[in-house]
Amino acid sequence: MEKQNFLNVKNVYLSFGGIMAIAGVSFHVNEGEIFSIIGPNGAGKTSILNTITGIYPPDKGAILFEGGDITRIPVHKRPLKGIVRTFQNLELFKGMTVLDNLMLSRHLKMNYGLLSSIVWFGKTRREEVAHRRKVEEVIDFLELTHIRKKYVYELSYGLQKRVELARAMCLEPRLLLLDEPMAGMNTEETEDMARYIIDLNEERGITVILIEHDMKVVMDLSHRVVAIDFGEKICEGIPKEVAVNPKVLSAYLGEEKWI
Amino acid sequence: MNYTNCGNFKSDYSKDTALFQTGFSRLCIYSLLIALVVMPFVLDSYFIYIANMIFIAVIGAVGLNILTGFTGLISLGQGAFMAVGAFSAGYLSLQGMPFYLTIPLAGIITAVVGAFFGIPSLRLKGLYLSIATLAAQFIIEFIIIRAEPITGGVIGLSINYANFFGVELDDDFKFYFLAMILAVSMTMAATNITRSKIGRAFLSIRDNYIAAEAMGIGLFRYKLMAFAISSFYAGVAGALWAYYTTIITVENFTIMVSIQYLSMVIIGGLGSVLGGIFGATFLILLPEALQFISDFGSNYYPAITQIVGSLKEMAFGLVIILFLLFEPEGLVRRWKLTKAYWKLWPFSY
Repeated sequence: MEKQNFLNVKNVYLSFGGIMAIAGVSFHVNEGEIFSIIGPNGAGKTSILNTITGIYPPDKGAILFEGGDITRIPVHKRPLKGIVRTFQNLELFKGMTVLDNLMLSRHLKMNYGLLSSIVWFGKTRREEVAHRRKVEEVIDFLELTHIRKKYVYELSYGLQKRVELARAMCLEPRLLLLDEPMAGMNTEETEDMARYIIDLNEERGITVILIEHDMKVVMDLSHRVVAIDFGEKICEGIPKEVAVNPKVLSAYLGEEKWI
Repeated sequence: MNYTNCGNFKSDYSKDTALFQTGFSRLCIYSLLIALVVMPFVLDSYFIYIANMIFIAVIGAVGLNILTGFTGLISLGQGAFMAVGAFSAGYLSLQGMPFYLTIPLAGIITAVVGAFFGIPSLRLKGLYLSIATLAAQFIIEFIIIRAEPITGGVIGLSINYANFFGVELDDDFKFYFLAMILAVSMTMAATNITRSKIGRAFLSIRDNYIAAEAMGIGLFRYKLMAFAISSFYAGVAGALWAYYTTIITVENFTIMVSIQYLSMVIIGGLGSVLGGIFGATFLILLPEALQFISDFGSNYYPAITQIVGSLKEMAFGLVIILFLLFEPEGLVRRWKLTKAYWKLWPFSY
């Protein structure tokens, strides 16, 4: 029962002007699972992610995380609760090194203030070193050792995607929202990324919400899947069921009879 | 671009956080500090005067760089914030406070004023924000002219020289040490801020504020903090200026000063403490160099004084344009390239 209440999205509505991006979607995510959101382009997948991470507060409905209402918590407070996301289009800090990008994520866990940072020696340096150690664990985990001192803009697309995952992981998330982590990657990079997602889910027990267009990845990785079309939930269940659901098929392939 | 030598291995993360990674660079910085202390004893007062102006400008430019270079918020109000610092130092000094209290207090007052004018930055970005800071410039100038009981209006304030336990800092030589110590310590503080979590938060806001917020950076807090820190520096620079000239009028802090500081930051290099130092040095030296050329040339061709006199204003604009065209990353990049060149010299591979 405890596991069931990890994340609850309850009847969420979100509209931009006249466009209804999300029209009453409800689902829940269990702790420790990989949960995928699928749907055609413009179906509202990213909008759902944005309501969970607080970038757009929903017009109606509620989002509960571990039983507590998080619908109106400001964006920058959510990582403290353990909700962290990656972005669909790379949103890294390009003028910073990989290491700085990752160290930035430790920001919330660092306790020193402005005055102590001016002095540097003592508390600030001690904390920086302690957090560097944590960051290095993630660097090891995602195999970024060779690029840690490079600027992000120097890196290839696939590596940048991996850095973004690393940045999210440095926040020690309990719920990780991945927005198309495999988009634009070749087969090999996709396989690597899939392996990392499985590892972080199984080894570190991080619950994952995954948005992905690569159906092979979705069907192989996820424990449960929800399908969205035109802002509405059309199907939820284990991958095998969703894959053969007629509504899902019609949303993806089109069908004359069903509207 | 990472130009530290190869073979520079570390066995400890704390060593990796060090500012100066090699023995040679530590040697360089210590020699620079010693040179700064020895310099006034060998130079004549004209050069000490230039050095003092550079120190004041360095404080202002390093502060503005924290706001514009690191946080990406373009400010056209640095001149006005310096005025706030100068006038608050002047006012407090006329109330009988010693300079070692008025200068930090002036910084704090300016920080509060700066943070207040930074409030629009939550909603405004880029060009729009710079127009809002431009408004700050004119509002502050207007208030200073109108608030005659405190600021003396258009006449301004006239204060005494800073008095350091009986020693009046009344000439370039004595003032040099005050300015130098403040400039060095504030540069050091800026370096430490920018390599800590606060500096990273500033950079992340500059690079991608949406992601920064999603990673747990409170935008409002850090934008205001950037304004406050930058204004604190401006306030201290203004207060120093007040003690240097002892006559504070609002004409010394017009929009031209703001633009000058902005160009220091651009010419020096955005997003680097060193850039602020280079830019300030360069822009203070530029008119002096032109003056030198004109003085030298007038021995042979007297009319050159007039030509160079009018060229001075132009040269300022020209330099900015040339830098934007050919070295948008500023003198800091040149510095890095030079260092990289000497690292390998005389063997190019």
